[in-house]
Amino acid sequence: MIISALAVVALLGVVYAGVHVWGMHVLFGIVVPYVAILLFAYGLIKRVMGWASSPVPFCIPTTCGQQKSLSWIESSYFDNPHTTVGVVGRMLLEVLCFRSLFRNVQTQVRDGRVAHGSDEWLWIGALAFHWCFLVIVIRHLRFLTEPVPFFVSFLEQVDGFFQVGLPVFLASGFIMLGAVTYLFARRLFSPRIRYISLPADYFPLFLIMGIACSGILLRHLVRTDVVTVKEIALGLVTLHPAGSGLLAKAHWLFFVHLTFVSVLIAYFPTSKLMHMAGVLLSPTRNLANNSRMVRHVNPWNYPVKVHTYEEYEDEFRDKMKDAGLPVEKE
Amino acid sequence: MAEQARFDQMGYYDPEKLVRVDTTLPSTGWMDTPVAIRPGTYIYPVKPKHLEYLGMPFARQWAPADPDWKLPPNWKEIILDGIRERLDRFRSFKLFMDICVRCGACADKCHFFIGGGDPKNMPVLRAELIRSIYRRDFTVAGKLLGRMAGARELTPEVVKEWFYYFFQCTECRRCSVFCPYGIDTAEITMIGRELLNLLGIGINWILEPVANCYRTGNHLGIQPHGLKDTLEFFAEDIETVTGVKVNVPINKKGADILFVTPSGDFLADPGTFTCMGYLMLFHELGLNYTWSTYASEGGNFGLFTSHETMKRLNAKIYAEAKRLGVKWIMGGECGHMWRVLHQYMDTMNGPADFLEVPVSPITGTRFEHARSTKMIHIVEFTADLIKHGKLKLDPSKNDRIKVTFHDSCNPARAMGILEEPRYVIKSVCNHFHEMPANTIREKTFCCGGGAGLGTDENMEMRLRGGLPRGNAVKHVRDAFGVNHLAAMCAIDRATLAPVCEFWAPGVRVTGIHELVANALIMKGQTERTLNLRQEPLGEEAGETAHE
Repeated sequence: MIISALAVVALLGVVYAGVHVWGMHVLFGIVVPYVAILLFAYGLIKRVMGWASSPVPFCIPTTCGQQKSLSWIESSYFDNPHTTVGVVGRMLLEVLCFRSLFRNVQTQVRDGRVAHGSDEWLWIGALAFHWCFLVIVIRHLRFLTEPVPFFVSFLEQVDGFFQVGLPVFLASGFIMLGAVTYLFARRLFSPRIRYISLPADYFPLFLIMGIACSGILLRHLVRTDVVTVKEIALGLVTLHPAGSGLLAKAHWLFFVHLTFVSVLIAYFPTSKLMHMAGVLLSPTRNLANNSRMVRHVNPWNYPVKVHTYEEYEDEFRDKMKDAGLPVEKE
Repeated sequence: MAEQARFDQMGYYDPEKLVRVDTTLPSTGWMDTPVAIRPGTYIYPVKPKHLEYLGMPFARQWAPADPDWKLPPNWKEIILDGIRERLDRFRSFKLFMDICVRCGACADKCHFFIGGGDPKNMPVLRAELIRSIYRRDFTVAGKLLGRMAGARELTPEVVKEWFYYFFQCTECRRCSVFCPYGIDTAEITMIGRELLNLLGIGINWILEPVANCYRTGNHLGIQPHGLKDTLEFFAEDIETVTGVKVNVPINKKGADILFVTPSGDFLADPGTFTCMGYLMLFHELGLNYTWSTYASEGGNFGLFTSHETMKRLNAKIYAEAKRLGVKWIMGGECGHMWRVLHQYMDTMNGPADFLEVPVSPITGTRFEHARSTKMIHIVEFTADLIKHGKLKLDPSKNDRIKVTFHDSCNPARAMGILEEPRYVIKSVCNHFHEMPANTIREKTFCCGGGAGLGTDENMEMRLRGGLPRGNAVKHVRDAFGVNHLAAMCAIDRATLAPVCEFWAPGVRVTGIHELVANALIMKGQTERTLNLRQEPLGEEAGETAHE
């Protein structure tokens, strides 16, 4: 954990020194983001293609409700889907609502009995974190598009619903920071979760905390020039990167923010963050429970050595005849 | 009593002590905590003759307590090649190696972790046992960063750890219900056991039944004449109880239906009573069916060995159906058997295009949901019969029984047969009580002895793993006076009996068709004074629980 924290702090220091001391604006404002996006695209495609290149030999959905069987028994359409529509529904519930995490139950042995209690905190924390992250990503499209699409402006209005402060506090950033802090705190304070955690579990948390903090500071305290930022961002998107003069007008913290994001997306394909793509390919969730209705084909279904009936009867024929059991060969 | 008992006997353990689960974590990280293999928590290794009979590699004498497991010289290469091959064959395995975020949602879902407290029985860490090797040898980050990236070297100690913990997983899939990405530890354990088998490392309680099944057609090694004797012996008992002489068709060509059930039902009480139930039901219906001696096993311990072994054993069912010329197949009450029949059989040994879509000859119901495999579950068949009013039932015959229902892992989480058994039980019993919601249906708890772990030398782990189930049974016993636990699984019927005796004394285990048969009014029967266990029907069932 400490290593992960140090890595993020070191990164902060490098960007500060690089931009503020040595004036390496082009490196952190243009080169790093472009390299990151290339690594992201390459890594993501490679990893997903890698998964897809392995077949799904068996139909192994985890069924979480009543099967489709007799006409008078109602089947569980989404938790145990037998149709493609049902599977799509199950996947949407999983991806949008974290259906499985919602089931979470806390179980422990207390005073000689096994106690079960519902535990939705992880579900709430995860949902808040992921949804706010998505809102923030969409909001940032206003830096990357001209004219700004209506849904981006609309989302920002909703996000700033409370109309507090100037510039208006956007709820998503603060909720996400709170949620990511919660996710970190449970890793830190739950002995069990701490025991299973790897440096690779802390690193993205610290990085995302850094992104959220720098973003909030840029909006509310540092108040970097938004027009400059937009020009830089549009330059990156349109492949006409800004010159060093324009880059130098942005606050150094902006480059910290940008580099943290770049590192996150470059790191993404090699890390557990790939669960975002992986959940869609999970065979226990994305297959219909119809293996008795439709034959699932295994592409590598090689022949195996079996003990044939003939071999069986050859061994036991006399005993079978004595017992009056029918045989093929007398 | 406790002084004389051995570690492989229930009397050796004290529920008061065992329930105080030690949840303190080791002071060292899991990679630095070597596995401690102690009696009562592991299963004896496979005898060489069984591996030799099956043509499996590296048969040898070895013992888990030995420092040297006599691994083949190129063992490391075998394991790494084995992992590579399986990454290419199973998207599940590849994906589950990569996408876990270690959120910990699975941790307290495992019965062995709840009842045992060993952190490596958290599903997440069980998977990390292989993931750490995968990272080091198959990912760039693992190669470069080593332990920082959660990677570690493959050593003989890792193999020992795998042996211990992959045979402390019952492949029940409960954790996969709660995992936000559906990571299924059963898949990981199955692959882990496959890898161990490549080194000749397996347990006798799985591989002896596999060898038996390969040779004689069933796990118990019952030869054809022995099976005939067994079923005829059941018929005699049925005649004693009902006065009706049931017919026992075996290896009958021209039968409409092949019936396959786990061989546990032939040997061990209370499964035997369920088997009698099948005989009575089929006789009463006048069903044109047959038992088979060649395909006399519905269960498949190959599932607990390797995908290849599973296919080798399962092949007999379709082969026998073809030889006998039946129209379709019906399967008895079993758990993992239905995992294989429902999710693997058609893919491995199909297509069953020589069979017909199952149609009940009694009700005319066409079982469309089994139109490809051509195999239905007997509880689906019986539920349909009862719904159509085709059985004469007297539920009051079961009035002494207050029953709860244990969903078996595989039928619940690899099939979803939840309502059919409840409908049947409620039709034949007047007193039915559910266990708490977090312990039934898709959230059901394992018996602690599934996936080939239900042997006596593993008694401590079985009792620990059985704690969540046993505690839920105790709850309904105390709240509603429940005295019977019904389960449609042969392993459950064998392993839940001690689990109940230990954690919820006074509750007996029964199969569903035992209950059906006790309530079934047969044509030409004498007045029933005994149940299938030949106990007076009037007696309090609970009183007979302690023999």
